[in-house]
Amino acid sequence: METLWFCVIALLWLGYLFLEGFDFGVGMLLPVLGRDNTERRVMINTIGPVWDGNEVWLLVAGGATFAAFPGWYAALFSAAYLPLTLFLLALIGRGVAFEYRGKVDSDRWRRTWDTVIVIGSWVAALGVGLIISATVLGLPLNANGDRVGSVFAAVRWETVLGALAIAGYALVHGATFVALKTEGEIRDRARRLAVTVAPVALLPLVFLLALVAGWWAAGVGVLAALGVWRLARGREGQAFGLLGLTIAATVVTLFGSLYPNVLPSTLDPAFSLTVAGAASSPYTLTVMTWVAAFGTPAVLIYQGWTYWVFRKRIGVRHIPGH
Amino acid sequence: MARWQFGITTVYHFLMVPLTIGLSLLVAMMQTAWVRTDDPKYFAMTKFWGKLLLINFAMGVVTGIVQEFQFGMAWSEYSRFVGDVFGAPLAMEGLVAFFVESTFLGLWIFGWEKLPRRVHLACAWAFSLATMASAYFILAANSWMQHPVGIEMVDGRPQLNSIWAVLGNNTVLAAFPHTIAGAFAVAGAFLVSISAWHLWKKSEREEVWRASLKFGTWVGVVAFAGLSISGDVQGKLMFEQQPMKMAAAEALCHTEQPASFSVFAIGDVSRPDCENVKSITVPALLSFLAHNDFSSEVKGIQDLVPLYQQKYGTNYPVDERLGELSGKPIDYVPALPVTYWGFRLMIGFGAIAAGIGLLTLWITRRKIPEGRWFPIAALASIATPFLANSFGWIFTEMGRQPFVVVPNPSGVDGVWMFTAQAVSSVHPGEILTSLIALTAAYGVLACVEVFLIRKYVRGGIAGVMPAKTDDGTLAFAY
Ligand code: HDD
Ligand code: HEM
Ligand code: HEM
Repeated sequence: METLWFCVIALLWLGYLFLEGFDFGVGMLLPVLGRDNTERRVMINTIGPVWDGNEVWLLVAGGATFAAFPGWYAALFSAAYLPLTLFLLALIGRGVAFEYRGKVDSDRWRRTWDTVIVIGSWVAALGVGLIISATVLGLPLNANGDRVGSVFAAVRWETVLGALAIAGYALVHGATFVALKTEGEIRDRARRLAVTVAPVALLPLVFLLALVAGWWAAGVGVLAALGVWRLARGREGQAFGLLGLTIAATVVTLFGSLYPNVLPSTLDPAFSLTVAGAASSPYTLTVMTWVAAFGTPAVLIYQGWTYWVFRKRIGVRHIPGH
Repeated sequence: MARWQFGITTVYHFLMVPLTIGLSLLVAMMQTAWVRTDDPKYFAMTKFWGKLLLINFAMGVVTGIVQEFQFGMAWSEYSRFVGDVFGAPLAMEGLVAFFVESTFLGLWIFGWEKLPRRVHLACAWAFSLATMASAYFILAANSWMQHPVGIEMVDGRPQLNSIWAVLGNNTVLAAFPHTIAGAFAVAGAFLVSISAWHLWKKSEREEVWRASLKFGTWVGVVAFAGLSISGDVQGKLMFEQQPMKMAAAEALCHTEQPASFSVFAIGDVSRPDCENVKSITVPALLSFLAHNDFSSEVKGIQDLVPLYQQKYGTNYPVDERLGELSGKPIDYVPALPVTYWGFRLMIGFGAIAAGIGLLTLWITRRKIPEGRWFPIAALASIATPFLANSFGWIFTEMGRQPFVVVPNPSGVDGVWMFTAQAVSSVHPGEILTSLIALTAAYGVLACVEVFLIRKYVRGGIAGVMPAKTDDGTLAFAY
């Protein structure tokens, strides 16, 4: 049962990275792909109806961790206090920016919010990478699960690599998404950009996986390369799917290497939090399993429906005034 | 300090929450009226109030995200202690409510032309019901802290043994209607004030403002009635479950029989011996509020303290994590000025809000007053129900000090936790940094939100009507 919930949480993170990965990417690339206000509006409208739903995957990952592994939730989030605060500030900024950007008709207003979106998306993507890699690679925890040592214990070269890995992935994934959802010039530009930056942007991801899983990382690298190749051929849908598989393989690798720990202690392996040690009681897990068994399919259905409703490509011609 | 941070972020979150909950249902009702009657008046109402709802919702979401992580960040001991119980409703809230909320709101914003009219309307309802579901789950979590049920103690930690007991806790059954009614009081006052202002300004589409004003007034009045009834039920429960909180609410120092209700006090209510306090009282009313019986006895603070000491100890355990409180005597009396005035301000501001609504409807029945005072009064009154809500929460949360999980007098023995034991062992500098950063960010965002709301309120109906483009597509939301 604990193991099942470990997998559920991995799955929630997977959903989060896959979905919010592209909306982070869109935000990160806003000034690069969107040459003028109209193009930027096209980009934002590709994620408009869905970004908030994507973010809920994070909230549920957090909530499910709290419910199923309170020890993990408590240790991770208090140990990474400051990075997490920064991450939350970034999410706040970009969330508000999406909603408020178009509400006043002034160039300065829009430029300000665009800056917030770009910075917020970069910081949030780096932040989530940092936090995930910190949980996989461990933190200096004592026997009670409290962090000992510097407030920046979560920031080390390995976790910075993790941050770059997720941000790099989001960059490519986001550009692919824009290519998939738009038409005209912006579509071509997004595709070219994704193909050009991919070799560099995806490198940290491969390095991170090599660090935790050795040669297995090469397999994930091949998946990603296949995706980029399909994209270069103009098959955006296939490329997007392959990038999805890439992140799935990444999450499986990371969480697989973590098991049966949930949060290793870098001080003494005896202090590491384990699946069994950090878990809630069997009763609580049973309750949560029922909730998830009914809830998750429903979520997938209506979120899928949203993507179906908004399946059409958008282009400059849809933006009023053009 | 962790308490300050939590208090500030939560009170801030709860400024948005009631408006979102209340307004979303009202907008769904307006849209239903439009779909049924095809009357353009209702379409304009849906659009106008819907826009304000969206501006507010964005802030509700981003401040809520902070809440979700706060427990682990700043209250990790608490999370470890109660995670087996407390996490479940939180996770359900996300899975059952937030997903629905965010997805269907996205569909509602962007689906005006893409979805059939009735499907689009259904999205508004789904969104609104989801906000209420989310309120229910989070209140169940909060109520468990006020009144722990459905658990047994295993290895010194509460372990869930009945989720139905937690979700059906009589505390949440009372708190939910009260909080939802509070949300409608906010939304009602919001409609009343803004419509009154537009009427005064003689804005175009007078019929829209008239209808909104009337609707808002009725919502506000019914909400206040609901608040009083549910508040009364809640009060009776609290006398049973947390006698100290209610004694503190009254700053009732000595046991009285029958006990009188204090309407207003002059002097220093902060002392648990009630020296220097003169208060205007209604005889026997408190007895009635507590036990539905005008002659019953109500226990005072002086008599409760020994009972608490006997049951829960006189001193904190010796534990370095308690810091300077380690081994010190426990102060069982909450901050009396806060609880006493918090309780009064909640009821007072709530009553004022309902009164203003009725008054406005009556004044504007025939002729709109011309004077400058009218719009100023109307706009100032928006604040009253917000204040009532905040004071209600401040009272609830401060009244349970020094506990974070309050012992349940009729439940499993031994389940309680002092606030001082609940905090994370993080560096104080970290909390201070986040306190400053979040407060600053919230301050800026508050200015932006108020600015935008003002702008759209001023813009009136014309400002929110969709502009048709040449090829017939509608303007995008972003
Ligand atoms: C009685 C109602 C109520 C109360 C006491 C709280 N909230 Fe809240 N919350 C809501 C009612 C609500 C809501 C009405 O459902 C919101 C407001 C605006 C919105 O988007 O949904 C919301 C939003 C909201 C969100 C964003 C959801 C999204 O992305 O759609 C989160 C993560 C939380 N809340 C979490 C919390 C936590 C952890 C709380 C406990 C301290 C809390 N809220 C108190
Ligand atoms: C229903 C969800 C809520 C939960 C689970 C919750 C939980 C908590 C917790 C864990 C604390 C810190 C412990 C403590 O200081 O006792 C706290 C404190 C506080 N909460 Fe809540 N709360 C909720 C809703 C609210 C709301 C809606 C408000 C106000 C609008 C509020 C106002 C406060 C205040 C002012 C404090 C600080 C009190 C102090 O100084 O200790 N709470 N609450
Ligand atoms: C007029 C009669 C009212 C009575 C008798 C009353 C009574 C109460 C009581 C006893 C509590 C504490 C319950 C607890 O600790 O859980 C409470 C909490 C609260 N009240 Fe009231 N109240 C009244 C009016 C209002 C009004 C007008 C508002 C707001 C518009 C309001 C908002 C709140 C809120 C937000 C809480 C905290 C939430 C909770 O614990 O459920 N109340 N009220």
